[in-house]
Amino acid sequence: MRGILSAAGYVPYRRLARAQIADFLGAGGGKGTRAVASHDEDTTTMGTEAARLALRSAPGTGPDALWFATASPAYLDKTNATAIHAALRLGGGVPAFDFGGALRSGAGALMAALGASGTVLVVSADQRDGLPTSSDESGGGDAGAALLVGDDGPATPVVAEHLASASATDEFTDRWRPPGDQRSRVWEERFGETRYVPLGRDAWDRALKVAGTEPSDVDRVVVTGMHPRAVRALAGALGLADGALADDLSARVGQAGAAHPGLVLSSVLEDEAGRRAAGDVGPGRTVVLVHLADGADVTVLRTTDALAGWRPARTVTAQVAAGADLPYGRYLSWRGQLTVEPPRRPEPQRVSSSAAWRSDQWKFGFVGSRDRSSGAVHLPPARVSMTGGAFDEMEPLPLAEDLGTVVTFTVDRMAYSPSPPIVFAVVDFDAGGRFPIELTDVDADEVAMGDRVEMTFRRLFTADGIHDYFWKARPVRGTGPSESKGGDA
Amino acid sequence: MGSHGIFDRVAIVGMGCTNFGERWDKGLDDLIVDAAKETFDSAGIDKDGVDAYWIGTAQSGMSGITLARPLQLQGKPVTRVENYCTTGSEALRAAAYAVACGAYDVAMAVGAEKVKDSGFQGLNANNPPGDGTARTLTAAAMFSMVAPAYCAKYGVDDEQMADVLATISAKNHYNGARNPRAQFRREVSKETIRASPRVAGRLGVFDCAGVADGAAAAIVVRAEDAHRYTDKPIYIKALSLAAGSGSGLIDPGYDYTHFPECEQAARDAYAQAGITDPRHQFAFAEVHDCFTPTELVLMEDLGFAERGTAWKEVLAGTFALDGPLPVNPDGGLKSFGHPVGASGLRMFFECWLQLRGEATADRQLHSDRTLALTHNLGGYPGEMVSFVSVVGSEPG
Repeated sequence: MRGILSAAGYVPYRRLARAQIADFLGAGGGKGTRAVASHDEDTTTMGTEAARLALRSAPGTGPDALWFATASPAYLDKTNATAIHAALRLGGGVPAFDFGGALRSGAGALMAALGASGTVLVVSADQRDGLPTSSDESGGGDAGAALLVGDDGPATPVVAEHLASASATDEFTDRWRPPGDQRSRVWEERFGETRYVPLGRDAWDRALKVAGTEPSDVDRVVVTGMHPRAVRALAGALGLADGALADDLSARVGQAGAAHPGLVLSSVLEDEAGRRAAGDVGPGRTVVLVHLADGADVTVLRTTDALAGWRPARTVTAQVAAGADLPYGRYLSWRGQLTVEPPRRPEPQRVSSSAAWRSDQWKFGFVGSRDRSSGAVHLPPARVSMTGGAFDEMEPLPLAEDLGTVVTFTVDRMAYSPSPPIVFAVVDFDAGGRFPIELTDVDADEVAMGDRVEMTFRRLFTADGIHDYFWKARPVRGTGPSESKGGDA
Repeated sequence: MGSHGIFDRVAIVGMGCTNFGERWDKGLDDLIVDAAKETFDSAGIDKDGVDAYWIGTAQSGMSGITLARPLQLQGKPVTRVENYCTTGSEALRAAAYAVACGAYDVAMAVGAEKVKDSGFQGLNANNPPGDGTARTLTAAAMFSMVAPAYCAKYGVDDEQMADVLATISAKNHYNGARNPRAQFRREVSKETIRASPRVAGRLGVFDCAGVADGAAAAIVVRAEDAHRYTDKPIYIKALSLAAGSGSGLIDPGYDYTHFPECEQAARDAYAQAGITDPRHQFAFAEVHDCFTPTELVLMEDLGFAERGTAWKEVLAGTFALDGPLPVNPDGGLKSFGHPVGASGLRMFFECWLQLRGEATADRQLHSDRTLALTHNLGGYPGEMVSFVSVVGSEPG
């Protein structure tokens, strides 16, 4: 049996209330909110956060391969999945590949993984932009998703079995974006709708036939894509039972492009696990994912007995609920649509490639060292102990999954930041050790000594086109794990 | 093994110091030439009378050529030193030790920094290429964590602390207003200080040292030769340096209410100079008031006040110009700004003036005590270098 072993979505902390757009510009906007990546996030970091959650929910297994899909890659030429690979501290023998560029790549990577062998971590992330007042601006969203796909096993059982997949592929130009452009362009909506609806029907019919399932027997259906009119029309044409159509999160998160199928599927599986745990439903529920992008891709899954024992580390629902509003002006500056005065301090120098490579365990993995003789924790890792002075008696101490407490903090209004001021805290980790570190996803006036924080993988700045990835801390907001699991060296 | 110092073996026989400030009209070479010329004149010798040179500059130049070119030194041993904000003091330490060991008869230390050509606010370090994980905080932010920690440890409330810090700043501005070489030469009220815009944490603009260009220099000789150059030499009693390991940043035991490197440097300097009661033995002290909470904590680290009491001493006026132990009678970094390579020697220059009775009349101290202390620190709480010297106008 092959299928999904674990799943997680990542929804960034900030929300743009769509009404703010019309308030500001007199046009555009709408109801609800969209999720907004922080100024220190990109698709690589959001994918990493989702992957961390998915792996945390599947203890006892590691992927044999990492695939990363996005339509908004942080780099071209250079593989983005390798940074995620490094942040997850996967072995050098685990390949990391990008499925780059197209919105279809997220759903495609999932289908490919379901048809492949071994355990594949399918990560997707997207950051959706549009010109101010456009429907892409208000309707888009930023998010990540991670689906761990593999064969049923005692340590990590399949929670949703793969029954069938079917695709319908067609070449037509509905939505496009030349490399380097921030905005996408779309053809007249009616044309896309007349293509997508029959393509979706065709793939749906074939997938259900292979799965041996009638439309009326499908318990949950996700229909998603960046063409809302086609999505609505297809969903209405599938002959679904009442209540089967899942919330596609467009009201509060927005359409997260290549990441959206994984995000919504994760949310549905989390919801199914919750219902199952509550005794509301039994095993064997049919869940179908339909994604429309340059054709249609349909995947049919069936929940297993093991779903009852699956504990999502942090649900999409909880993340959606935990968000905080972002003023539209700040949104525009974060997206580079509005340039604001930077601090009059020098911009950071580009990161040294060779120095970053040497310290990849620290920089990407947040692995410190602990002196075996004294127990003293060194962040970053050191060779000589600050306590007792022993040479080369260190063992690695991974702390990315550990929690910490704010000992003291400050607000730096003068230091360079893409979004000043910098909020900075001295953090003591539960597993031992202290590190002074920047806080993120936080407002300066809400920090207090004693606050609990967790680690998050971020992009500090970009210089000479090189992104500086490292870790920050952010408040634990009641959505996190109740206990720390750090120090698992 | 041991730190023995060079008690009374070396004396300063000439000093010079430029006006500090935004010296748009002066380049590094001009500042160096101005300070050196005044120093040569002060000692009554010319550049060929100096056997070896040290130039302290944090980032205005590299190598001894930074000094040899503007002074046109021909074939002399000239060494550039750098040790964060102790750079100028380190130049003097090197020159003094070179003379003490007998390698040279006459040595000169020059400290200089051209800060204001960068076009940016504040001090900016040129860091070597790295992995991108180093902190990018300003020094103000790092030092801003001191006052809240001190308040929590000693039960000082925010209002009291704001008053303490404003008192320190106002005192240094009061002193600087009486110093023609200072960058800022006006008194500033505590109300103005407390109302200044925030820079980092609770620190406002007036809690921070200024940013200035400047240079200062000293000529040292063996103590027994000193009277060939001046009737009033200043004797070096102690020179001490402590470099921290940076462990304070990552040690959960560190509480941000003291600077161990400063305590260590003071302990060593006091042992070298035979100081047993620093509160009552010094005529005055020049300390590294980069930020107002720094000066507060230093009063305890240097043994001028018991732990947890310096804030009360500040409010009582203990460290004021007319107090029992004046601190920063020249106005400190607060009034002078902080050209990194020059600051340490600028402090020695105040000792030179005060102990010889040559300070301007409105800030000249009249003390029976003949000893003074200078102190620098560079870096941050948890990761710093610290320098302490003791000098005196009398041998023995």
